[in-house]
Amino acid sequence: MTNLELQKTANEVRKGIVTAVHSAKAGHPGGSLSAADIFTFLYFEEMNIDPKNPKDPNRDRFVLSKGHTAPGLYSALANRGFFPVADLPTLRHTGSYLQGHPCMQETPGVDMSSGSLGQGISAACGMALAGKLDNKDYRVYTLLGDGEIEEGQVWEAAMFAGAKKLDNLVVIVDNNGLQIDGPVAEVNNPYPIDKKFEAFNFHVICIDAHDFDQIRAAFKEARETKGMPTAIIAKSTKGKGVSFMENSVDWHGKAPNDEQYEVAMADLKKIEEELNAREA
Amino acid sequence: MADVKKVATRDSYGNALVELGAENPNVIVLDADLANATKTLTFKKAYPDRHIDCGIAEANMTGVAAGLAACGKIPFISSFAMFAAGRNFEQVRNSIGYPHLNVKIGATHAGISVGEDGASHQCNEDMALMRTIPGMVIINPADDVEARAAVKAAAAYDGPVYLRFGRLAIPVINDRPDYKFEIGKGVLLREGKDVTIIATGLVVGPALEAAEALAAEGISAEVINIHTIKPIDEEIIINSAKKTGKVVTVEEHSVIGGLGSAVSDVLSAKCPTLVHKIGVQDRFGESGPAAELLHKFGLDAEGILAEVKGFLK
Repeated sequence: MTNLELQKTANEVRKGIVTAVHSAKAGHPGGSLSAADIFTFLYFEEMNIDPKNPKDPNRDRFVLSKGHTAPGLYSALANRGFFPVADLPTLRHTGSYLQGHPCMQETPGVDMSSGSLGQGISAACGMALAGKLDNKDYRVYTLLGDGEIEEGQVWEAAMFAGAKKLDNLVVIVDNNGLQIDGPVAEVNNPYPIDKKFEAFNFHVICIDAHDFDQIRAAFKEARETKGMPTAIIAKSTKGKGVSFMENSVDWHGKAPNDEQYEVAMADLKKIEEELNAREA
Repeated sequence: MADVKKVATRDSYGNALVELGAENPNVIVLDADLANATKTLTFKKAYPDRHIDCGIAEANMTGVAAGLAACGKIPFISSFAMFAAGRNFEQVRNSIGYPHLNVKIGATHAGISVGEDGASHQCNEDMALMRTIPGMVIINPADDVEARAAVKAAAAYDGPVYLRFGRLAIPVINDRPDYKFEIGKGVLLREGKDVTIIATGLVVGPALEAAEALAAEGISAEVINIHTIKPIDEEIIINSAKKTGKVVTVEEHSVIGGLGSAVSDVLSAKCPTLVHKIGVQDRFGESGPAAELLHKFGLDAEGILAEVKGFLK
């Protein structure tokens, strides 16, 4: 996909996020929107996956360690064809297969149940280890929040991945700088994130989470890195794409009301028109 | 009983894993720096590529096992019950239980028979914790024969299983040619009519001894071994309670949430019966030689005998 195609797709993923969270009247739009470009690149460009065969043992795996941003994952999966986009508004509704946090038994394309912070990265390590044991060449990706890395288990997992030289593992940190209680730097400062992962024997790449050239280059570099896992520290804007949600901690875990929904969708419509104009 | 063969069920775990390793290449054993104590070192020697030492990081080990299981492996995570079930409760609940992944938890050093290490390492709460996780199978074997059979059965079963093993060498009581192990199936060890003694794990042997002593005093005790705490064999419990009308449970575990509670849950709903729970009361353990502690806590044959007699008065 060209960068423009990826941008247009990411904008559709963002529409799905806003629509799903609005319909659910609950959920986490901020961190879903900040990671929308990463979700899009993974599912439309990077990962070897087949929506018609979501359990293929040779597929690449993705673990959403920051499971509360399930709307982002669901929207990417739906737009990629794992299930109908029209089902996104069932998010968090009773009986829906789109649970509040990812559930691997319910949702096609979800490789691991997650939501309790710090646990997904460990499961991703296990999947990467299984690939090594079986001499398979699939790759494993896991997305963490920058608040999530305050969990001790993340560093148990990081030590494990470095020690076991899991070079088929890519850890992505969505560094949007905000967690529920405020800026991550103020709550329990996790910085410097890059140097921490380096110290745990990772190859570290720092990028702009909304620049597809940088995203593309980072995942290519990760694939070429042997003998150690890669951590991509992706500096992002929380709420990216929706004017009133951008860089606002208030929109970590809150749904837009009807009026706010209209504004948010108008923002994304405007981006779509700009992208179409660029194409023309 | 000096010539009775004694084996710690943690040894049974290690030995059964070596056999399993030969039978099934998908069996992976994980440890958290306790391979020597959990007795998985023999597996490590036999299958070094399939033994993963995760270091002193039980939470991550649990998640790694979940990832391995999601890719078709049969991981056995090994640690002391205190860490496997206690420290790890939420990881087991969310990373293994919720997605119902095929992970086996080999929890050694359960109960006060850990001995000298004392209360910090004596886990009397693990079965209570594990019982609350939907879909979790819990097996607490009574001796070497049962422990090895349980490990094999757990590997053959598709889903999460918590296996409880002890540090103390205990008499082998199931060494007979017709021994059969079935997950969820209680075992009637001795028939009786005056009282039912339902025991699990390393106190099954002492419960049998107590029944023998009761017989000498003219009291006929039925003894049932419940090796599978969940799913529990309701039928064998109800049938025996109907026959004797009085039930005593015995476990090397807190009387809160373990076998006694599980039996009471069954009987209160389906066959209201007076139940007397023998186990670790609402307290922590302490340091001391295992045999002395079992005596002090009333979990040897003498203690069980006295409690049952008191209950029947």
